[in-house]
Amino acid sequence: MAAPALLIFGVFALIPLFGVVALSFVHWDGLGDITWAGFDNWQTALTDPVSRNALWLTVQLTILCVAFQAPVSLLLGVFLAGRQRHRAFLGVLFFLPLLFSSAAVAITFTALLDPNFGAGSALNVALLSQNWLGDPDLALFVVVFVIGWSFIPFHTLLYQAGTRQIPKELYEAARIDGAGPFDQFFRITLPMLKYTIVTSTTLMTVGSLTYFDLIFVLTGGGPGNATRVLPLDMYLTGFRSYDMGRASVLALVLIAVGLAIALGLNRITGTSRMGGRGEGI
Amino acid sequence: MSANQHRRRPNVLGTIGAWIWLAVIILPIYYIFITSLRPREDYYSENPLSWPSNASLGAYQRVIENDFIRFFLNSVIVTSVAVAATLAVSLMAAYVVVRRRDRFGSGLFRVALLGIAIPIQAAIIPVYYLIVQIGLYDTLLALILPSAAFAIPLTLLILTNFLREVPEALFESMRMDGATEWRILVKLALPLCRPALATVGVYQALQVWNGFLFPLVLTQSAETRVIPLSLWSFQGQFGVDVPAVLAAVVLSVLPMLAAYIVARRQLVSGLTAGFGK
Repeated sequence: MAAPALLIFGVFALIPLFGVVALSFVHWDGLGDITWAGFDNWQTALTDPVSRNALWLTVQLTILCVAFQAPVSLLLGVFLAGRQRHRAFLGVLFFLPLLFSSAAVAITFTALLDPNFGAGSALNVALLSQNWLGDPDLALFVVVFVIGWSFIPFHTLLYQAGTRQIPKELYEAARIDGAGPFDQFFRITLPMLKYTIVTSTTLMTVGSLTYFDLIFVLTGGGPGNATRVLPLDMYLTGFRSYDMGRASVLALVLIAVGLAIALGLNRITGTSRMGGRGEGI
Repeated sequence: MSANQHRRRPNVLGTIGAWIWLAVIILPIYYIFITSLRPREDYYSENPLSWPSNASLGAYQRVIENDFIRFFLNSVIVTSVAVAATLAVSLMAAYVVVRRRDRFGSGLFRVALLGIAIPIQAAIIPVYYLIVQIGLYDTLLALILPSAAFAIPLTLLILTNFLREVPEALFESMRMDGATEWRILVKLALPLCRPALATVGVYQALQVWNGFLFPLVLTQSAETRVIPLSLWSFQGQFGVDVPAVLAAVVLSVLPMLAAYIVARRQLVSGLTAGFGK
């Protein structure tokens, strides 16, 4: 009974995982013959300045994405879990970006940020009508913002669910002891959200490593190579420069970095997700 | 902060922040909506954020005339077949994991755990090679099979966790009555798993529906184009006709919006499936 699942998963997911290792040792242009390459691809890919830059950009992107998304989604999630006025109404609207595909988000912002006909020109403020996506110094930040627009709702959901599971008695007790809202937030809400923070941050970090479609449609890696992050570099190397061997090396770097970060985060925070949320109460 | 039952002080800072964020969320959505209603000529002359003075559905007409319906149907076929297949084979496998408490069962579970960690991006080149080799390149099946393959691990995991909660006695009593494993699966496990199937099904449907990399790499002709890829190609094809490009974006979101309105709870819990706990 498990055979169909094993077959589909094995052939189209597990074997490719080994395949990518094999392909990193060959020359292949995507159509023609495959020839043995030894460590050629590894050498060229790892010394190529564009790919090195891509790795560095990916690190920057990851840090900026987490720095932007984590605080915003934590605060929004905690806010939405409370009993504020208009909470239900705000909740419905906050999650609208979840319905957009990455391609749709990217196209929306391409039009919105157009220096001549976008929203900036509507308000007639010079600061806002810059060439956001055409300026190499700005493009990465714009990408971080657009990714945030698209993914913060998801992480808000996680924080909202996490906050709702915090026992109400803790807040009761704190109030009796005279704790104000800020004390309650920093001494109860934040520590109790530990597991949610780990889960959400891990997902954000691993997600940042693999953002492809949004950046591909939004900037195509440009201007120049200003937003050519690792997954994009891999795609362009493989399917535009027809160098599948080198692209496979980049894919393996991607896997390695992703696994290292996921494991690292789990170790630093010292949590296995098996632990109960209500421990010690 | 979350439950001020006795002394309800309004959370002023939070409220201000929330309304600012609301503006950030709504502005782009408002912009694509009004721009999609703006006639092509007016796009260059009117204020981009004003309500169009000659609102029309012309942009939508141009999009639909350019085969949008076919792309839509392709997306429907790919999503429904991939999700149905994923749910069916994952339920069968989850049943095996739960019922067989031997090496094979736990090994299967461990493979699923490993599978969740494989990013699509990392496997795309061998998948492309494989699809070309078996002659499926540029077919809808080329999208369905890999999409299902990458959806199986998480689905299997969630269904397994759900099935584990079912009391052993229920399975045993059916077996005592002489039911075959298949019969137990269909008559007992399937109905019990319905909520979990719905939740994870919604999640996977959204993933497949919005998927971009597989269509980009594994198809090329208009016959097999799905919606996310069509948005990208519209952007190239219509170029300066921004209202039409944005009308296509609006059309691509509409089915999701309909689902959101009808089944918001399902969708929201589906999105956090497996992560929220």
